[in-house]
Amino acid sequence: MLPALQINRAIEQTVREHWGRILAVLIKTTGDIQLAEDVLQDATTIALTHWRDNGIPDSPPAWLIQTARRKALDRFRRNKTFDRLQPQLQHWLTINETDTDELEEDIPDKRLELMFTCCHPSLEQKTQVALTLRTLGGLTTDEIAAAFLDKPATMAQRLARAKTKIKSARVPYQVPDASVLSTRLSSVLAVIYFIFNEGYSATTGRMLTRTDLCEEAIRLARITAALLPDQTEVAGLLALMLLHDSRRFARQTHHGQLVLLQFQNRSLWDKSKIIEGTTLLQKTLKIQRVGPYQIQACISAIHAESTQWEQTDWAQITALYDLLYTMQPTPVIRINQAVATSFTGDLHRALSLLDSVSGDNNMNNYQPYHAARADILIRSGETILAQRSLRKAIDLSFNDVEKEFLQKKLSALQT
Amino acid sequence: MQYMCLIYAAENAGPKPGTPEFGPFMKGYQDFTDRVKEKGVLVHADALQPVGTATTVTMENGKLETTDGPFAETKEQLGGYYLLDCKDLDEALAYAAQIPSAQHGRVEVRPVVIWD
Repeated sequence: MLPALQINRAIEQTVREHWGRILAVLIKTTGDIQLAEDVLQDATTIALTHWRDNGIPDSPPAWLIQTARRKALDRFRRNKTFDRLQPQLQHWLTINETDTDELEEDIPDKRLELMFTCCHPSLEQKTQVALTLRTLGGLTTDEIAAAFLDKPATMAQRLARAKTKIKSARVPYQVPDASVLSTRLSSVLAVIYFIFNEGYSATTGRMLTRTDLCEEAIRLARITAALLPDQTEVAGLLALMLLHDSRRFARQTHHGQLVLLQFQNRSLWDKSKIIEGTTLLQKTLKIQRVGPYQIQACISAIHAESTQWEQTDWAQITALYDLLYTMQPTPVIRINQAVATSFTGDLHRALSLLDSVSGDNNMNNYQPYHAARADILIRSGETILAQRSLRKAIDLSFNDVEKEFLQKKLSALQT
Repeated sequence: MQYMCLIYAAENAGPKPGTPEFGPFMKGYQDFTDRVKEKGVLVHADALQPVGTATTVTMENGKLETTDGPFAETKEQLGGYYLLDCKDLDEALAYAAQIPSAQHGRVEVRPVVIWD
């Protein structure tokens, strides 16, 4: 008999590490996310006593899958729908005859199917994100609620509604056909990037949840990239997140306040993440199917390669933003394009790029627009106009460090 | 599984009878109906008379209330439906997107309850 603590730890570790993989297989066999979650929970409880009495099995994930399947069968047998499902279940019964010696390598990987189901366009994006974190990430409902600053009960309801919809409306559990793969993949990638940004923008209390959201997003991208090696944008997104995340320790102070790229201590950047990101990016660019994530990763890589802010290759970054804007003509990209352009010295073009989005309704309340405009105006010698933009930017700023930074600029102009 | 594709559009939207666009629009419906029939997906389909012909009834405390007009006064009205038998939601959504009124209105896709 093994000590309970050791068993607990083994179970916890197995469930943490393999949750998504195990659950994906169980959803495939039961056709029901909620049922799969319930029987996996059952199997985990049984493991507690069984492993203590009989030792930890050779392949804990395979053992959990087999036990969960049996539990699912029990539930089906008790249910009146059993007769109707009989032919389908016959297959499992034969699986059950065999031993539980199934090796880990033999467990089919259904995580990609699960990812496409969770990120199905028939679900709201917030629901897609929550469901992905729950099923593939194995985060608890409370943890997901915390990440969204939602009440746990509200999040539980959202997840329950989504699972019911997937089941009742028969949202397919499959990798979509080639004809729609790229559109469907873009919603999967949007969800992964959303998870990453949730973690990245939480400057205080980054460990909002047990699992760091940035690491979770990178893990999901790694899985997707491994399962869809021909899709260059998956690798592009992975590279982009690795490069961003390399600045994790430089982008905030000990007090958790944001440090802008310009003022970061670059020796704190994580070299191994930079190398992994740039190597992956170079390999991917060779395939010559460029998309927005790859371009953003290129921009991030150029920053990563510059030892000082002053040595940044702004001409190249501007060219990349020009290209990115042709693919995604959004005001936010326009602003970045204008800022990069201003650092090449072409202040005139930078201002006219900003002018081209000034009519956008959201710009009046968009802090980065006014901060960028103020900075470019200062360098153009337009002191009066710059002061006006600075005041607007200060009003709209929520971050104390940023506010202080802008205030100093304003004071300098007024003396 | 059966999916009800409910077609909603503002009644003044879309091609009007007598305009050159009306013929091709109706032909689009004919072609779509033929296509779903041919694929064996079509269970039933109907177009509804304009919402001006609607009457709404309710029994409140055993008393019949009859109202002239639709249940909800919204800009977009239910104009017709296709009941399709599809293998999953993706197939149903792909067909729903081909319904000509999706060009100027919207199609709500709802799975039909299976009574065990």
